[in-house]
Amino acid sequence: MDLEPIWLSIKLAILTTIILLIIGIPIAYWLSRKNSIGRLIIEAFITMPLVLPPSVLGFYLLLAFSPNNSLGHWLHQHFDIQLVFSFEGLVVASLIYSLPFMISPIKSAFAQLPKSLAEASYTMGKSKTETFLHVQLPNIKASIFTAAVLTFAHTLGEFGVVLMIGGNIPGVTKVASIAIYDSVETMDYAAANDYALILFAITFTIVLAVFLFNRNAVKNPFE
Amino acid sequence: MIEIDISKHIKSYQGNNELMVKTSFEHGCISRISGPSGVGKTTLLRIIAGLITPEKGIIKVDNELWFDSNTNFSKRTQDRNVGFVFQDYALFPNMTVEKQLRYGSSDEVYISHLLAIGQMEMFRNSLPKMLSGGQQQRLAILRALSTKPRLLLMDEPFSALDHKLKSQLIANLKALFIEQQTTVLLVTHAQDELQESSVFSM
Repeated sequence: MDLEPIWLSIKLAILTTIILLIIGIPIAYWLSRKNSIGRLIIEAFITMPLVLPPSVLGFYLLLAFSPNNSLGHWLHQHFDIQLVFSFEGLVVASLIYSLPFMISPIKSAFAQLPKSLAEASYTMGKSKTETFLHVQLPNIKASIFTAAVLTFAHTLGEFGVVLMIGGNIPGVTKVASIAIYDSVETMDYAAANDYALILFAITFTIVLAVFLFNRNAVKNPFE
Repeated sequence: MIEIDISKHIKSYQGNNELMVKTSFEHGCISRISGPSGVGKTTLLRIIAGLITPEKGIIKVDNELWFDSNTNFSKRTQDRNVGFVFQDYALFPNMTVEKQLRYGSSDEVYISHLLAIGQMEMFRNSLPKMLSGGQQQRLAILRALSTKPRLLLMDEPFSALDHKLKSQLIANLKALFIEQQTTVLLVTHAQDELQESSVFSM
């Protein structure tokens, strides 16, 4: 059995999770503050991948990344980057596709933190950054963990967007979910079963880890 | 001397209200703010701390301007050197008793002194969730004092303490206030707390 699709999926999921942690936490914090129309519109955009068929998102990204269109052309000309049918393209697509899975739990956690915690820190002379790092962030670390795990698991199982953007290039864009589809198409049910079982096992372990980590919490961590 | 002349629009369960306060509080004294629920006592403390901004008015502390609506000036909360005891305590769930005090002060001797005043030495390494209501409230008071504030704002600070503990704590706090020349504003319903304080009725 060729394990490369599995490694490719894991690599994609790890990269996506790390990048989304870095950009997702500040965005979630910003969104958790007082609502304005602009903020609501941006939040609606970020949430779109949750409800949109992956093929729709994949189609638009394919158009945007295409060298025949301005964004794809600009990236190709100035940075020599081609996002269609490349691993880099998969990463960018996964970042957009998994964004709500990172943002949503962290945003709710920030919103649920009592305002007086930050206020108490300010009265003690601490700046907004110090308060964020020493008070707000440490008190939502369970939610950050849940968000990271959800993002990882979700990216691991991506199919529609990946197929649209990356196609099926072995070693480049052929991730585990595509490999399953490919094996079934060629009637190689044994290989499909192997890939499916490995994905199932990894995902189950991840979900179990979240429940173990949150075992003392009152709420279901995925709610 | 704290001079206050402000107005602030407040929304409460009783409807919309205009909070108008014009008064002054003596420096180095304990002043008690009393009044019925919903009248804006907590709001007044939060305005003085700079956590909310009034629509109009001026606040001066020892002749230093803290707020002036005419010039749109508001001194940052961080620079006001106030201590605030919140009604919900606002303890940091991730920090032990000792760490909460260290967050405000690096003076180990002073921290030990505070722990002794609040009879909290044996809970040094406990997280807030491991403390009783009374212990949490004592920690909230000690933490507010950790920065040696020149102005201490206390919102119902003794409500969860039994009579004996309260009188011991108050005696110790008074000594500390005199030593540090702290000005104290206290919101409370109880008549027996800090009896010799002056009373401002809202």
